[in-house]
Amino acid sequence: MPPRTDIHHIFIIGSGPIVIGQGCEFDYSGSQACRALKADGYEVTLVNSNPATIMTDPDVATRTYVEPLTLETVTRILEIERPDVLLPTMGGQTGLNLGADLAREGVLDRLKIEMVGAKRDVIERAEDRSLFKKCVESIGLQVPASGYARSEAEAHAVGETLGYPLIIRPSFTLGGTGGGVAYNREEFHDAVQRGLRESPRHEILIEESLLGWKEFELEVMRDSADNASIICTIENFDPMGIHTGDSITVAPAQTLTDRELQSLRDGSLALIRAVGVETGGSNIQFAINPRNGDLRVIEMNPRVSRSSALASKATGFPIAKIAARLAVGWTLNEIRNEVTGETPACFEPALDYVVVKMPRFNFDKFPGARQTLGLEMRSVGEVMAIGRTFREALGKAVRSLETGTDGLDLPPENIPDGLSEEERRSFLESQLVEATPDRLWWLAEALRQDFSVEECAEASRIDPWFVDQVAQMVMLEKKISLSADSLDEDLLRKAKRSGLSDATIGRLSHRDEKEVRELRRRLNVWPVFKRVDTCAGEFEAITPYFYSSYEEETEVRDVDDRSILILGSGPNRIGQGLEFDHGCVHASLALKKLGVRSIMVNSNPSTVSTDYDVSDHLYFEPITIEDVLPIIEAERPEGVIVQFGGQTALKLAGALAEAGIPILGTPPEVIDLTEDRGRFQVWMESMGLLQPESGAALTVEEAIALAKAIGYPLIVRPSYVLGGRAMRIVYEEDELLAYLQEAWRAGAGRAVLIDRFLEAAIELEADAISDGESTIVVGVMELIEEAGVHSGDSAAALPPHSVSPDIVETVKDLVRTLSRALGIVGLMNMQFAVKDGQVYVLEVNARASRTVPFVSKTVGLLVAQLATRAMMGIPLAESGLTADPEVKHVAVKEAVMPFRRFRDVDTLLGPEMKSTGEVMGVDLDFPTAYVKAQLGAGMALPHSGRAFLSVRNEDKPALVALAEELHRMGFSILATKGTAGAIRAVGLPVERILKVREGGPNIVDRMINGDVQIVINTSLGRSTVRDAYWVRRAAVDLGIPYTTTIAGASALVRGIQRLKERPLVPQYLQAFLKEQARLQGTA
Amino acid sequence: MSTGSNKAILVLEDGRTFVGQGIGADSDAAGELVFNTSMAGYLEILTDPSYVGQMVVMTYPHIGNYGIHPEQMESERPGAEAFIVRELSVPQGHWRATGSLEELMRACGTPGIHGIDTRALTLHIRQAGPLRAILSRTELDPNPLLERARSLPRMEGRDLVSGVTCREPHDFGAPPGAGRPLLGVYDFGVKRAILQQLAEYFALRVYPSNVPAKEVLADSPVAVFLSNGPGDPAALSTPISNIKSLLGRVPITGICLGHQLAALAIGARTYKMKFGHHGGNHPVQDLTTGSVRIGVHNHSFAVDEKSLPPGVRVSHRSLNDETLEGLACDDPPLWTVQYHPEASPGPHDGYDLFPAMKDWLLNRIG
Ligand SMILES: Nc1ncnc2c1ncn2[C@@H]1O[C@H](COP(=O)(O)OP(=O)(O)O)[C@@H](O)[C@H]1O
Ligand SMILES: Nc1ncnc2c1ncn2[C@@H]1O[C@H](COP(=O)(O)OP(=O)(O)O)[C@@H](O)[C@H]1O
Ligand SMILES: [Mg+2]
Ligand SMILES: [Mg+2]
Repeated sequence: MPPRTDIHHIFIIGSGPIVIGQGCEFDYSGSQACRALKADGYEVTLVNSNPATIMTDPDVATRTYVEPLTLETVTRILEIERPDVLLPTMGGQTGLNLGADLAREGVLDRLKIEMVGAKRDVIERAEDRSLFKKCVESIGLQVPASGYARSEAEAHAVGETLGYPLIIRPSFTLGGTGGGVAYNREEFHDAVQRGLRESPRHEILIEESLLGWKEFELEVMRDSADNASIICTIENFDPMGIHTGDSITVAPAQTLTDRELQSLRDGSLALIRAVGVETGGSNIQFAINPRNGDLRVIEMNPRVSRSSALASKATGFPIAKIAARLAVGWTLNEIRNEVTGETPACFEPALDYVVVKMPRFNFDKFPGARQTLGLEMRSVGEVMAIGRTFREALGKAVRSLETGTDGLDLPPENIPDGLSEEERRSFLESQLVEATPDRLWWLAEALRQDFSVEECAEASRIDPWFVDQVAQMVMLEKKISLSADSLDEDLLRKAKRSGLSDATIGRLSHRDEKEVRELRRRLNVWPVFKRVDTCAGEFEAITPYFYSSYEEETEVRDVDDRSILILGSGPNRIGQGLEFDHGCVHASLALKKLGVRSIMVNSNPSTVSTDYDVSDHLYFEPITIEDVLPIIEAERPEGVIVQFGGQTALKLAGALAEAGIPILGTPPEVIDLTEDRGRFQVWMESMGLLQPESGAALTVEEAIALAKAIGYPLIVRPSYVLGGRAMRIVYEEDELLAYLQEAWRAGAGRAVLIDRFLEAAIELEADAISDGESTIVVGVMELIEEAGVHSGDSAAALPPHSVSPDIVETVKDLVRTLSRALGIVGLMNMQFAVKDGQVYVLEVNARASRTVPFVSKTVGLLVAQLATRAMMGIPLAESGLTADPEVKHVAVKEAVMPFRRFRDVDTLLGPEMKSTGEVMGVDLDFPTAYVKAQLGAGMALPHSGRAFLSVRNEDKPALVALAEELHRMGFSILATKGTAGAIRAVGLPVERILKVREGGPNIVDRMINGDVQIVINTSLGRSTVRDAYWVRRAAVDLGIPYTTTIAGASALVRGIQRLKERPLVPQYLQAFLKEQARLQGTA
Repeated sequence: MSTGSNKAILVLEDGRTFVGQGIGADSDAAGELVFNTSMAGYLEILTDPSYVGQMVVMTYPHIGNYGIHPEQMESERPGAEAFIVRELSVPQGHWRATGSLEELMRACGTPGIHGIDTRALTLHIRQAGPLRAILSRTELDPNPLLERARSLPRMEGRDLVSGVTCREPHDFGAPPGAGRPLLGVYDFGVKRAILQQLAEYFALRVYPSNVPAKEVLADSPVAVFLSNGPGDPAALSTPISNIKSLLGRVPITGICLGHQLAALAIGARTYKMKFGHHGGNHPVQDLTTGSVRIGVHNHSFAVDEKSLPPGVRVSHRSLNDETLEGLACDDPPLWTVQYHPEASPGPHDGYDLFPAMKDWLLNRIG
C-alpha cells in the first residue's frame, strides 16, 4: 500500500519544554517524524513551545507554531489549520495527553480530524490502570495486584490484602510524581496522606511491591497490516523500584534465556494488539522475579519514548521516523532499512555489541534534596556507550558522564575512616541496599573490599551477572596495581577491553593519563572502530555510524576527503542542554553544504546530533581526550570545532591543541581567557572596560577587607568552578564567612572571587558572530528578572522591551569592541548589567550560548551555520550577513524549573542556574509574547481573583503602582503587614494576611485553600528569604503563578492586562519571519 | 571469562588466522564456518544437529550468561563442531540453570575459542563465503593447520545425516487418538522443539533417515514429515528416493533439510548459499496472506526457485534476499518450509504454521 492518498495535511504535537522525565529525546523523535512525512510529500504542521529544538527550526515542518501546548491554544490552531490527521505519539506524554484531551473534548470530531498512531480508545486502554489491567489479563498475563483508594480507610483496607512493602502511586500525576514505597504502617500512613494530597482527583493506587525484581523494556513496532516486531530489548541493571529513567540500562537483555525473552516478546506483541495500537511504536515494561521467573507487566507507552530514542540509537533502527511513516499507511516491508540500504525495515535488529545507558543526575544543584532513587525520576540527562563487552560499554558510559569521575573509584574522602571491620562492612552494605546516584561506585568499592558477588547481588538486588562484570573490572584494577612497573601488552589490552580508562590505569600504576596513552601506543594497544549496522554484520552497512573497541580490525575507510570534526555536548544537565546540540547539528549541516565531510562525536542518545542521518560520520563515543584522539587519527580531519559543545567540548581544546590538532575559530587561549574569571577581570581592566568592582581573596582576612572596600551586597563564587555553580549573593559579613567556610572546606587555598552585586540592575544578553574582521550582533535580549537571577533562569525578551535604544547601541558597541580585541571567530555571547544608566560587562563567553537557537528562531537566521561558515574562513558578507538583524515582532523566552521533583528545596531564583528547559512565546508586542511564554511554561495567568503581595522596602513604590493596576482589573489584594501598609497609604483596599511565622491562618493556608491566584513576593537578605520559603514552595506545588522580582511582577501584571483585553491568536513562526524579511527587503 | 587460559588458534582455508583462548574441550575441531546472529539461545544453537560439520560463530559477544538448561537442548549433545565466541561468560545463578556452557562443552568433547574479533570474522565470512577452517588448541603454528584446513572435505556432497539420525523407529508424545492422527517423521537430525511442536497436534512415529518408504507407509500415517538436518541435501540419495515413493501416496510436509529433500524429490534443484541464513530476525512473507513474520533461519543450502516444476508454488519468501522459504503443491500434496517455525531459539511467529499444516493435511486426506 502506498502512503495514504486521502490525506494531505498532518498535524504533530511536540513535547514542549525540557523537564525531568521528558527531555530532548522528543526533539529527536519529532524532527525525524516531521522530516519523514514532509519527504513523503505531506504538508506538516507542528506545534511546540520549545525554541531550543531542531524540530521547531523553520525548515523542518511546513508551518511551525511556537505556541503554548494547552488545549485552548491547540484547539485554535487546529481551527485555523484544519489538518486531515493528528499524530499525537511524537510529543511524549504531553503530546499524547493533549491528543486524548482534544478527542475527549470533541474538537477532533467537530473539525473532522482523524487521529493516527494512537486513537483515543487506545490511549485510554494504555493509560487507564483498570482498562490496562483488563487488556493484560485478556492475553493471559498479570499486572501487579493493586487497588484504588480515595480515603485513608480505603487505603488501609487495600493495603491489608496486599501486605508490606506497598507501592503508593497518586492517580493522574505526571511521571510518577508523589509516588512512594512504604515498608510499615507509619510510612504507609504518610505516603497515603501525601498521595491523596498530590492527586488532583484525590485518588491513589496501592500496588503489590515488586521491589528487587528484574526490570525489562521492549520496544515494539506494528503496522496497519498487522506486521509487528521487536526492535530492542532493554534490561535494567538496577532492579524494580528504581525508575527506568534513573537506572543504568543495557541493551540487549543479558540475563534471560531465549525462552524467557520470547515470552516477553510474545507478551509484547499480544499486548500491542490487545491495546489496539494500529501503527507505530510502543514501549512495554516488564518485571521478572529472579527467584522463580514470575512475570508482571508494569506499563505500556503507546508512543515514542525516552527508551525508543535510546533503542533507535542502540540498534540503528530509527523508530520515530518509521513510526511516523507507518501512521500514514506504509507497512514495514515497504520501508527500507536505511542502514543496509537493501533489506526491508520489517526485521528485528541483531546487535553484536553491548549498549549501556547511564543517567546523569544534578543533585548538586539542589542542596538539601534527598538523593535516594525511587519511583520518581530525578535524572536530568543520560549518556549511552557502545562496547564489545558490557564492561567496555560501562567504562565508556562512566567517563561520558562528566561528573568528575573517569572510573569506578570513589573519591577517598567518601569512605569514612576509623571504622571497625564490622562497621565498615555494614556501612558498605547499606550503600548497596540504598540506591543513590553513586551506587555503582559503592558496588565496585564493596567488591574491592572483598565482598563476594553473591553478597553484593543479595544486598543490591542487581543481577549477579552484572555484579560479576563489575568484579572483573575491579580484579583488573588490582592486577594493574600489582604490576604497576611492568604493564605489558596483554594486561593493558585486557584492561582496555574491560573499559578501564587511561586515567584509572594511570592512577593505579603511578602514571599520568598521557603516559598511559603513550605506553599503549608503543605496545600497539589502540582501539579500532566498528559499525552499528542493525544486522550483526550479516549485510553490508552503508550508514557510517561507529563506535570504538579494542578489537583487531577497523571498519573506518575512505577518509581522504576534506573533513571537520565536531565535538558534541555530552549528557544534558542543568545549564547545558539541547541548545548546544542544536548548534552541533547546524554546524554539521553547514559543513555538508560546503561539501566538507562532517564528523560528529557525542555520547548523548537523546539528541538529534547522534542521529546517523545528521552527519557524514557519527562516532558514539565519550567526549574525552582518550576517546577523541583515536577518532582524529582514524579520520584525519582538517580541524576540530569546539564552540558548540559547551564545556564538554571546550574542556578538550587545550589538550587537542597541544596534540597539534587545529581548533577552528576563536583560538583556545582566548576561550581560556574568557572562562577564567580572575584573569579575564584583569584583562578587562587593562582594556578600560567597565565591570562590577571585584577582587579575589585567598584568606578570610583578605575577603573581609575586600568586602568592606567593595560594599555589600556581594556576589561570591569560587574561581575554579564554571557555569555559575556555587555562586551566591551575600548581604552581610556573617553570610560571607559562612560561605567562605563552605567553599574552602572542599578546596582550601583556592581563590574566591568577590564582585559587587549590582542590585536592581537590568540584565541584557547578546549573541554575536564574527569572522575575525566584522562582527554582527544577531540578538540583544533584555532579561525580565533583574540581574542576580541567572540568565538561564530568567525570562528574556528579544528585542528588549524597556531599555532605551541608546543602551542597546552601547551594548552592541561593547560586543564589537570585545570581539575585535579578543579576536573572536565564530560565536560569542555576552551578559551585561545596566544600573543607573551605566552598562557593566558581567561575562563573555567565546562560544555558542544557550540562547543561540532562540535568537536564530526569532531573527530568522541560521546563526550556528553562519558561525560555522565564518570558522571555515568564509567572510560574513559572503554569507549575506552585512548588518545586525532588526526584528519587527517580539519573542519572549521563559525558563521552566524542576522544583516539583525536588520536594525539599528552595525555589528562590538566584545566580545559579536551576531550570531544565525553556519555552518561547512570539507575537507582535511584548505583553502578548510574554503571556504566551507564561502559558507555555505552564503558568496559566488568572483573569481575576486574589493577588498576594509581599515585597521588600525598595520595591514598595513600584509595587504600589502594580497594586493599583491589579485593583483596577478587579483583583482583590492580600498583603503582609508592611506591604499592606504601603498599599493602604494610597487608599487601595487590602486585606492583611499573616506570614507563616506569625501564626494562622496564614498565607500558605490561604494558598492551599485555593484563595490565592497570583503571588508576588520579593525578598531581601537571608532571613526574609527564608521567611518566604514556604510561600514559594506552596506556589510551586500548587501551580500558582508567582514571581520573586518586581521586574517579573510588572511583566506579569502587563500580561494579565493583555490577556483581559482580547484573546490570544496563534501564529506560525514562518509567517513572522516572512513578514520580517519583507520589511527588510530581503524576501 | 574463560577458566582455561591456554591459547587456541583458528585457521581459515584462505590463510586468515585468529588467535584467542581455548574454551570447552581440549581437542581440535574442523569444519565449515557459519555465523549465527541470535542474541540469546546459544544452548539451542549449539545442540542443534543441523550444525554437524560446521563451526558456529556467535555474533553476539557475551555467550553463556544464563548457564545451561537441559530442557532447552535440541538434542543430547552439541551438533556444532566448535563454538566460536567473543566472550564466554561464567554464569551467575539464573534460578533454573544446572551448570555452565563451558562444563557442557567439556563434557561433550566440544572445543571452542573466545577472545577473538568475532565481528571481523563474521564480515570475513560474509565476504568470502563458506570457508573451511581448523580450530586447534594443541598446534599453534598456522602453517600445518592451513594445510589441514585446505584438505578438509567441502560441505557439498557430504552426507552428514547418518551420524545424527536415530537408530530405531520410536514413538514421541501421546499415542494416536481422536483428533491426534499419526504423523510419520523422518529423522535427519531432528530438533527436539520440532517434535514438541508437532506432538501438540499429532501422534508421532520417528524413523531413521534410511528406513524404506514402504515401512513408513505400513504404519498408515496421515502424512509424513521430513525433518531438519545437517549437510548437503543433494548427497542424500536414499532419502530422496524414499520421498519420491511417498509422493502422491501421502501428504508430505517438512522443515529445512526436509524441505530441500522434498524439492529434490519433485525434481527441483538445491544450491549452496554464500553464507546462508542463520539467525532469528529475518522477515518471511507468507505469500498467501501477504503478512510478514519474523522467522528463525538455519540453512546454508536453498531451493532454486527457477528449477521448480510446474504446479509447485512458492508459499513463503525471505524479504531480505528473496530466498525461497516455503513451497506448496496440490498434486502431489506437499507443503514444506525452509525456515524454522519451531523457533528455539528465536521468535515464536512461526508457531501458527503447525496448526495450519495440520489443517492443510487433514484437508488433503478428507
Ligand atoms: N509495583 C512495583 N513495585 C516496585 N517497583 C515498581 C512497581 N511499579 C513500578 N515500579 C518502579 O517504578 C518505576 C516507574 O513506574 P512506571 O509505571 O514505569 O511509571 P512511569 O510512567 O513514571 O514510567 C518503574 O520503572 C519501576 O522501577
Ligand atoms: N556583579 C553582578 N551583579 C548582579 N548580578 C550578577 C553579577 N554577576 C553575575 N550576576 C548574575 O549571575 C548570573 C550568573 O553569572 P555569570 O557570570 O553569567 O555566570 P555563568 O557562567 O553561570 O553564566 C548572571 O546571569 C547575573 O544574573
Ligand atoms: Mg516507566
Ligand atoms: Mg552567564
